[in-house]
Amino acid sequence: MKLDAKIPGGPIETKWDRHRFDMKLVNPANKRKFSVIVVGTGLAGASAAASMAELGYQVSAFCFQDSPRRAHSIAAQGGINAAKNYQNDGDSIWRLFYDTVKGGDYRAREANVYRLAQSSVQIIDQCVAQGVPFAREYGGLLANRSFGGAQVSRTFYARGQTGQQLLLGAYQALARQIGLGRVTMHPRTEMLDLVVIDGQARGIVVRDLVSGEIRSHAADVVVLATGGYSNIFYLSTNAKGCNVTAIWRAHRRGAGFANPCFTQIHPTCIPVAGEHQSKLTLMSESLRNDGRIWVPKKAGDSRPADQIPDAERDYYLERRYPAFGNLVPRDVASRAAKERCDSGFGVGPTKLGVFLDFRDAIKRLSEPVVADRYGNLFQMYEQITGENPYKVPMRIFPAPHYTMGGLWVDYNLMSTIPGLHVLGEANFSDHGANRLGASALMQGLADGYFVIPYTIGHYLASTPIPKVDTGHAEFKRVEAEANARNRSLLAIKGKRTVDSFHRELGRLMWDNVGMSRNRADLEKTLARVPELREEFWKNVAVEGSADDLNQSLEKAGRVADFFEFGELITRDALERAESCGGHFREEFQTEDGEARRDDENFCHSTVWEWQGPGKAPVQHREPLSFEYVKPSQRSYK
Amino acid sequence: MRLTLKVWRQAGRSARGGFQEVVAEGVSPDSSFLEMLDGVNEKLEAEGREPIAFDHDCREGICGSCSLMINGHPHGPDDGVTTCQLHMRRYRDGDTIVIEPWRARAFPVIKDLIVDRSAFDRIIQVGGFVSVNTGSAQDANNLPIGKEVADLAMDTAACIGCGACVAACPNASAMLFVSAKAAHLGRLPQGQPERHARTRRMVAQMDTEGFGGCTNHGECEAACPKEIKMWNISFLNRDFLQASLSERSASQRAGDG
Ligand SMILES: Cc1cc2nc3c(=O)[nH]c(=O)nc-3n(C[C@H](O)[C@H](O)[C@H](O)COP(=O)(O)OP(=O)(O)OC[C@H]3O[C@@H](n4cnc5c(N)ncnc54)[C@H](O)[C@@H]3O)c2cc1C
Ligand code: FES
Repeated sequence: MKLDAKIPGGPIETKWDRHRFDMKLVNPANKRKFSVIVVGTGLAGASAAASMAELGYQVSAFCFQDSPRRAHSIAAQGGINAAKNYQNDGDSIWRLFYDTVKGGDYRAREANVYRLAQSSVQIIDQCVAQGVPFAREYGGLLANRSFGGAQVSRTFYARGQTGQQLLLGAYQALARQIGLGRVTMHPRTEMLDLVVIDGQARGIVVRDLVSGEIRSHAADVVVLATGGYSNIFYLSTNAKGCNVTAIWRAHRRGAGFANPCFTQIHPTCIPVAGEHQSKLTLMSESLRNDGRIWVPKKAGDSRPADQIPDAERDYYLERRYPAFGNLVPRDVASRAAKERCDSGFGVGPTKLGVFLDFRDAIKRLSEPVVADRYGNLFQMYEQITGENPYKVPMRIFPAPHYTMGGLWVDYNLMSTIPGLHVLGEANFSDHGANRLGASALMQGLADGYFVIPYTIGHYLASTPIPKVDTGHAEFKRVEAEANARNRSLLAIKGKRTVDSFHRELGRLMWDNVGMSRNRADLEKTLARVPELREEFWKNVAVEGSADDLNQSLEKAGRVADFFEFGELITRDALERAESCGGHFREEFQTEDGEARRDDENFCHSTVWEWQGPGKAPVQHREPLSFEYVKPSQRSYK
Repeated sequence: MRLTLKVWRQAGRSARGGFQEVVAEGVSPDSSFLEMLDGVNEKLEAEGREPIAFDHDCREGICGSCSLMINGHPHGPDDGVTTCQLHMRRYRDGDTIVIEPWRARAFPVIKDLIVDRSAFDRIIQVGGFVSVNTGSAQDANNLPIGKEVADLAMDTAACIGCGACVAACPNASAMLFVSAKAAHLGRLPQGQPERHARTRRMVAQMDTEGFGGCTNHGECEAACPKEIKMWNISFLNRDFLQASLSERSASQRAGDG
């Protein structure tokens, strides 16, 4: 496996412009002769499919939900960043670039991040033109807020439903192309494998989730935009269907997997209530703009919050990080909450929670103003917990939320398999070891609207692509494999449900490869995952048939892939003997418990190459160099 | 809690369906309605029986996947709440709960509680968008839009496309869904150039899909988990009338030439 990032030369400000000029173009009349498969219709996939269809390519798009509008992007709440500097508060492309590289703890590729910051500006224009109803000021101009610890107000939002509105914009653009016959949409269809012929990605094998039929689709080029893998932890803020299958299968076919251990644990989620829990609900980070986080000063204090006087409260973020206070980045806030709970100061029935208190905000701003800002979130909280956050402080706890790791891609968003491109959360791209709030929506849309439409043309125009169709022997072979796998899952007829295995794997990963990690636990986990996987393949109970709508079978396939992937995440976390961003190794911390990065030995992305079942993967490295943003210790004090 | 569920089971599109009685035991009042069903399914699977199929994904009330008629109410008894957000503390030990799929000609049952809502996608595909290709937009702040207008557009853009309005309507009409999109785009300046064509096409597609007409029952508004208001339907009707008139005069003009 050769890693060539293909970063264009020249100063960082002009790289993308130069590259766009240098890339080959496909003649407009020839575009319709090229076929493109796009798997995933979230922000990244829907924007890519629509934009490429507008250019004239023949696009087929796939998603496992019943409609492309339901991709997990729909759930994003807080907002999307863009370096518009509409607020005249000192923002610029350069500052967004700088913040993103620093926020990622110097583990992202500078050139990509700069392009992301450049594209951010166009994204807002495009979305407004589509009719996305962003929040506005009385004068009619766009409103902004500061988000996730940024010191400028660059976040655009649509109430607490920014992801929904951006996705509906992209979905409508996609729907228009479907209506015009330029995109063929395949909903309720799951990609089970990638087909590589003569070293090029040439298609996919899918299962029709209604009829159960396994079939193939061939194309000149394949784009994966299948989202993140936080559900390996079982409980996460992601939708239930989010999975690693598409990118894991591509990895098994030769795509390098980069930095799988870079996972983000979000600090403000509703704590687990009991065994029945099926997912965790995020409470938007914007709540930290006005809410204050605290725990009692006395360990085990179980008085109701309103009976604990101020002098006996520990506003620990304000205490530890006076400059940023409650607005420190996510990784810092999450670890601080864990530290308090581990030391016995946690609140709520499980003691795995801290308070997020609006008492002072309500006093300062009045209840109606607080309701105007956060009303829908307060309502959601009350619905879930049965507690009224206007009266009693919310209880929150960190939860798995986002995965910075993913398939390795070069500057053109192409993986190590020629013709396989990867967008959005599914690639490893721009966030390094930690993602800043409101930057995932930006990245998904930058990739889909403004990067891939150019770079795909270059690939198609400069690469000889022989004709193949789904009659090719390789398609038949991969189809047979997918079929056989489903049949063997159904044939096990064991005693334990898929969910019970998933819960156990999730628990193992959360305890040992979650918010803080150490060598001994990681080694133990690396041994335990394969044992559990073996038990899964012997004892899982999957009812029903392969030739029918079968949700247990769908889940079983995804969990089987999580079992293989669990080993890779653990290995990567073990290998990276430093703390950086969301990856905290207990052995590598400063005296006051902050992450200690090791730029001498780990200033690189780790890229794993699959070697076959049961064999250790081979490690490659893409060295990172920082010419523009000089690495420093992140400090939020 | 211990609950008796009467659940609609149907093996496939053309199969005959019927109610099956299942007992849910040890249900935590803190669990959501779908988590209660998860528990039932785990039990069924452990007994070697096929679990109940139902659509769901985000489980936070925003993706529009979950559906379910619960004791005759789409998304259950609470206002402004989807099934995935409904919690079991709303019920009492010993309750019997009847669970059915959405019922409408345009939403055929696929299996058990899962229905085919692709008709909604086809309605959007004929006109529920602004025709603007990527890359052709002007600077976003060149187009000021009053806060009130933006807020009103947002109120209807909040539709999650779940189909509760259709399920609630005695005529299985999709007017609330269509009007939500017509009003979202029709209120904004970006949506003006195609406003009439959009309305005409979406309404025509709605008829083609076999949704019923609106006779002002108002059940849709009551059932909508996003509390989208019925007066959007008046907005749609007005638009539709104008659209029909302008179409007529356009065709007359064309005839003149
Ligand atoms: C609760 C929550 C709130 C968030 N809030 C914010 C925020 O405020 N700001 C921000 O910037 N980011 C936010 N994020 C992160 C952001 O929403 C996601 O990172 C982003 O939307 C991912 O988009 P995507 O297009 O890459 O993938 P997704 O939207 O996850 O889409 C994945 C698509 O792939 C399809 N798919 C997956 N696997 C397969 C398969 N095997 N076969 C076929 N199809 C498949 C799915 O059907 C879906 O269409 C939030 C995330 C969560 C969980
Ligand atoms: S599961 Fe998404 S709205 Fe209920």
